[in-house]
Amino acid sequence: MDHLDALESQSVYILREAFNKLEPLGLLWSLGKDSNVMVWLCRKAFFGRIPFPALFCDTGKKFPEMYAFRDRYAREWGLDLKVEPCPPVEEVDPTLPPAARSSARKTYALKNLVQRLKLKAVIAGIRRDEDATRAKERYFSPRGENAEWDVREQPPELWDQFKTDFAPGTHIRVHPLLHWTELDVWRYIRREKIPVVDLYFARGGKRYRSLGDQDITHPMASDAANLDEIIAELEATRTPERAGRAMDHEAEDSFERLRVAGYM
Amino acid sequence: MTEPASPLRIALAGHVDHGKSTLVGRLVHDTGSLPEGKMEAIRASSAKRGMPFEWAFLLDAFQAERDQGITIDTTQVWLKTKKRGYTLVDAPGHKEFLRNMVTGAAAADGALLVVDAKEDVREQSRRHAYLLGLLGLSQIVVAVNKMDLIGYDRVRFTEVAHAIEAYLGSLGIAPRAVIPVSGREGDNVAERSQAMSWYRGPTLVEAIDGFQPPTAPVDQPLRFPIQDVYKFDERRIIAGRIESGRLKRGDTLVFSPGGRKARVASIEAWPEDARPNEAEAGRSIGITLDDQIFVERGQIGHHESSTPTETNSLRVRLVWLGREPLLRGKRYKLKLATSEHQVEVQTIERVIDTSDLASRSAEAVVAGDIAEIVLRTRATLAVDDSKILPRTGRFVLVDGYDVAGGGTVTLDGHARVRREGIKSTNVPRVEGRISLAERWQANGHRSGILWLTGLSGAGKSTLAIELEQHLFRKGWHVAVLDGDNIRHGLSADLGFSPDDRTENIRRIGEVAALFARSGMVVITAFISPYREDRDNARKIAPDLFHEIFVKADLATCERRDPKGHYRKARAGQITEFTGISAPYEAPATPELVVDTAANNLEVCLGQLSAYVERTLGS
Repeated sequence: MDHLDALESQSVYILREAFNKLEPLGLLWSLGKDSNVMVWLCRKAFFGRIPFPALFCDTGKKFPEMYAFRDRYAREWGLDLKVEPCPPVEEVDPTLPPAARSSARKTYALKNLVQRLKLKAVIAGIRRDEDATRAKERYFSPRGENAEWDVREQPPELWDQFKTDFAPGTHIRVHPLLHWTELDVWRYIRREKIPVVDLYFARGGKRYRSLGDQDITHPMASDAANLDEIIAELEATRTPERAGRAMDHEAEDSFERLRVAGYM
Repeated sequence: MTEPASPLRIALAGHVDHGKSTLVGRLVHDTGSLPEGKMEAIRASSAKRGMPFEWAFLLDAFQAERDQGITIDTTQVWLKTKKRGYTLVDAPGHKEFLRNMVTGAAAADGALLVVDAKEDVREQSRRHAYLLGLLGLSQIVVAVNKMDLIGYDRVRFTEVAHAIEAYLGSLGIAPRAVIPVSGREGDNVAERSQAMSWYRGPTLVEAIDGFQPPTAPVDQPLRFPIQDVYKFDERRIIAGRIESGRLKRGDTLVFSPGGRKARVASIEAWPEDARPNEAEAGRSIGITLDDQIFVERGQIGHHESSTPTETNSLRVRLVWLGREPLLRGKRYKLKLATSEHQVEVQTIERVIDTSDLASRSAEAVVAGDIAEIVLRTRATLAVDDSKILPRTGRFVLVDGYDVAGGGTVTLDGHARVRREGIKSTNVPRVEGRISLAERWQANGHRSGILWLTGLSGAGKSTLAIELEQHLFRKGWHVAVLDGDNIRHGLSADLGFSPDDRTENIRRIGEVAALFARSGMVVITAFISPYREDRDNARKIAPDLFHEIFVKADLATCERRDPKGHYRKARAGQITEFTGISAPYEAPATPELVVDTAANNLEVCLGQLSAYVERTLGS
């Protein structure tokens, strides 16, 4: 078994635990590279099927290429797609910095989806290497009634024995990609030939390294126009992945605040 | 295209404020692994709180952590040396956050134990060191930190080094290196220290580069715990991860507890053209079987040549993390691989004081304690010794909704005691002054064991009770040993696995012999399906033993089904049910055959009582 096999096997194990223990379950699909890897891993875990719905929180501000990607692959992969529009920014906590406030719209849409579909748990493709608060996450992360994250009271998680017993009203986030790095994701995409949105590949000296809303996501200078070049670029770079995501950098704690309130 | 090796995972452990987070920050920085902009962010966070540059802010991501200057939760950072990549798992040193330390360290391949040169080995240094051993980590490097604060004093370093080496030695751990370092100044982290030219050993980076990468236990016996059974289409796929060993298409697998057997018909995969012929430890796979046997989540698939131990009691060593103390007599949920069992704490054998490794007895185990306890389960569970197969020999305990402790199973001289059985063969039998003949004379009849055997529903219990009443009314000294009653008391700790059935029959044979030697007629009514077990029961008191075959064919028994057991067994709700999913070996030469399918109760009872009168009557 090589490194990618080990990563895949661990994620498949987590997905199968979630499917066995948490019902009903939903899979967040943001159209980004990590999300697509997750869909792929689900198909591996469940032998070609995805036995729960894919959830898409629509900000209305994604790139057109992303919407086209969604429509094509939702069909091709046979996803049971549930789309939830995000509320206008005016309805979001006004004490948040502007980009964070805009991003928090997704939290609201997700909460609505969870309520509407009565979901016990949501699978999200976050990774420890993306952000220092995500680095402290658990694979099975319990949330309160309002999706809030109690960082002081995270459950012990050892030997792949996840927290699977919950007080009534607990909602659970499952994070099957927690142990992957950005490079792992790209190497896996290359090995498995997983489709991704074209915006990741450089055009005119720029590419998107991380995809969010059009107005708060910035491309980086890059000539990496294919998978091999992206991987070579990432092996050499010391720029963090989310450097182009405005919401992470407005204040020291803006991303923590977002996440404690229920952001992915 | 070759993919790089997995990064080695190294856990940081040690007492609070001994400088773990600072040392991690320094390691990441000095190996050139820090992301761009991170230094500036740390500087800003430090300045905001009026502090000098604080390396720990690299890891302490939560506001509460930065504001209070302590690490609450475990985190991971990445670094790269010339040799390979690492994931560093930082863990909090506060006792209050021990559950987070355990969470972090349990996933590691090696550990870095940090000790403050000024403060020496402290409470959490010892506790963490002990836990590293409990969690199965054997590759440990010790960093004696803050050497800058003691003027790089060689004598002081030697004292501290000896103290920690002595303690680790008493745990059976030999550290790979004990290194004098300064996290703040960077001495002996990635670069050799100018201030400590007296030190000749490796730097921290050289020491961790010397760790061995983990190897998957592919050459160990196969353990394939069932995680789920999928029926998405016509295939019935048994899903799970191979925890050790390997399996191939065509292999015969046994699923324990239960002992059902079938062959691997296929190893399924998606895309379907990727179906392999074999798979090895570490892989999450799915298989189909050639026979539609009933198996379920929690059972462990293995080869016939190497079976896990089936037992109802476990001796374990655990660390307790729960808010409420662990109490003797209390029930918890045990999770081991994919199985879950209700367990009761039978005894707390000792609580280990990690400061001097002394033991004390206790009625309760509180958070942070390490203890050896015995757990008892109602159902049989399949388990391995953690020293041999760690992945099927470790578990967590759930108290209410929370994982409240974790530990490892020791099978040394434990479960086997029962199986290997009769240890006390050299104990001479106590001979009383009353001979058996005298008893017979006083009672007016001979004594003996009437051993009824047959399928469930054949009529053993009915006949036994009728015969007892018949003999009692005639003034005989008579008693019945019935299956269900024995199971409630004498054999309450046993399940229905082949081994447990054997042990159950052995106990009944012994008890029946004691009755018979005291002058009574004892009637036993047990399925006792195995010929060998009945022969062993006979050997205990051969002159007093009468094997009586209560005969009825399976169809008849199943039609009667007085307790509804057959229906449940057919539905898969009872496993190991004789006649359905476990064998019955009919007696070859019984003393008497009573055919309840061919004759009614009266006729059968008549045959039986005639036999008893003839052989045991005066």
